[in-house]
Amino acid sequence: MKQVLKESLPTNGDTSVLAGVYGPAEVKVSKEIFNKATLEVTLRPKIGLPGVAEKSRERLIRNTCEAVVLGALHPRTSITVVLQVVSDAGSLLACCLNAACMALVDAGVPMRALFCGVTCALDSDGTLLLDPTAKQEKEARAVLTFALDSVERKLLMSTTKGLYSDAELQQCLAAAQAASQHVFRFYRESLQRRYSKS
Amino acid sequence: MAAGFKTVEPLEYYRRFLKENCRPDGRELGEFRTTTVNIGSIGTADGSSLVKLGNTTVICGIKAEFGAPPTDAPDKGYVVPNVDLSPLCSWRFRSGPPGEEAQVASQFIADVIENSQVIQKEDLCISPGKLAWVLYCDLICLNHDGNILDACTFALLAALKNVQLPEVTVNEETALAEVNLKKKSYLNIRTHPIATSFAVFDDTLLIVDPTEEEENLATGTLTVVMDEEGKLCCLHKPGGSGLTGAKLQDCMSRAVTRHKEVKKLMDEVFKSMKPK
Repeated sequence: MKQVLKESLPTNGDTSVLAGVYGPAEVKVSKEIFNKATLEVTLRPKIGLPGVAEKSRERLIRNTCEAVVLGALHPRTSITVVLQVVSDAGSLLACCLNAACMALVDAGVPMRALFCGVTCALDSDGTLLLDPTAKQEKEARAVLTFALDSVERKLLMSTTKGLYSDAELQQCLAAAQAASQHVFRFYRESLQRRYSKS
Repeated sequence: MAAGFKTVEPLEYYRRFLKENCRPDGRELGEFRTTTVNIGSIGTADGSSLVKLGNTTVICGIKAEFGAPPTDAPDKGYVVPNVDLSPLCSWRFRSGPPGEEAQVASQFIADVIENSQVIQKEDLCISPGKLAWVLYCDLICLNHDGNILDACTFALLAALKNVQLPEVTVNEETALAEVNLKKKSYLNIRTHPIATSFAVFDDTLLIVDPTEEEENLATGTLTVVMDEEGKLCCLHKPGGSGLTGAKLQDCMSRAVTRHKEVKKLMDEVFKSMKPK
């Protein structure tokens, strides 16, 4: 059983999330799946008790991880991802996704691809803003968060807030796909730094 | 023979049908199940509806009560949705506090109401800072056969159109609200958000309106909520296999046709109701 703690990349405005991955470990018989690993995600907000919104986000992050983690290699085990919000200055869900991915890589969990989270905001005159701050998110007409995989930049997860048109969606998706290159490069660089030291 | 094969290898059984571009219940990949809607069946509720999508049955009851408006928005009322998935509807649920699926569905409905601006919260305000309407929307699933989100969104919309709020005046002297039950008015429904759900099979094939079996076998799901102008209120894709931009485009076009079908159905039902 490997226990790893990994800090996520701070986006502009210092949103930071601490992620810890525990596993593959023992799983309760009630939760065990006979042919693959059981993935659990817990998201703790900075203040207050976790509520329905956190449950919804946990489900999004968990399903994204399930799509990439090779659970079939560790049947009847559990892989737990615990995310603690340290500071929230906008683009929180994307930050959680990035933290979760890096923590899974650091823990050595077998995955078929990496994934990253990108947030887009559309303001009232249709301008696209990548990685918005909390203020920009509030004033925006729509906020879209995507999780993209590293192999073919396909859309793994999406959740949106606000009203927008079909064309705007395609525009945001294309912009997110371009931006994900930077995030994956950052993953590669930080992992290289970590493993070159040891 | 086929039943035995289905139990042992459910995914292979399904693949055989998908190769011929159809599904075990005879539907095509882009076909919805028969949708029926019944309005105003609950007499004690201020607005109600019952929606059936094939076997999936969801009933929505709306009660309007008084409440104090929130301090940061004194001219707005509240809409509180709650989705209840009890052991009654499926063997998968246990009695007790709401499980994850119910919480996610409740959050989804709350997001749809918020994003689509289906009703203006300002319409629910009676006296700014002191009194406002609170609409408690209870969505109870009576039978879970897949595609719960579409059924819930439709039930909520139909029930909201059915809600009649009595006229309320605040008496200046006593500061008490006086309710005139004889004079009722319908809510001002600004948009009609309709949800269309898809299931992704084997990372490539998209099927519309999955049943419970199909949802269990699918590698991913996608729900698109669209209003009549073709604007998207919600693109809910909780993980699962990746999709390209082109596939998303196909989903959008299917959602547009679905919107027209559902809107037509709803307009027919409301027209056929006798005015009270």
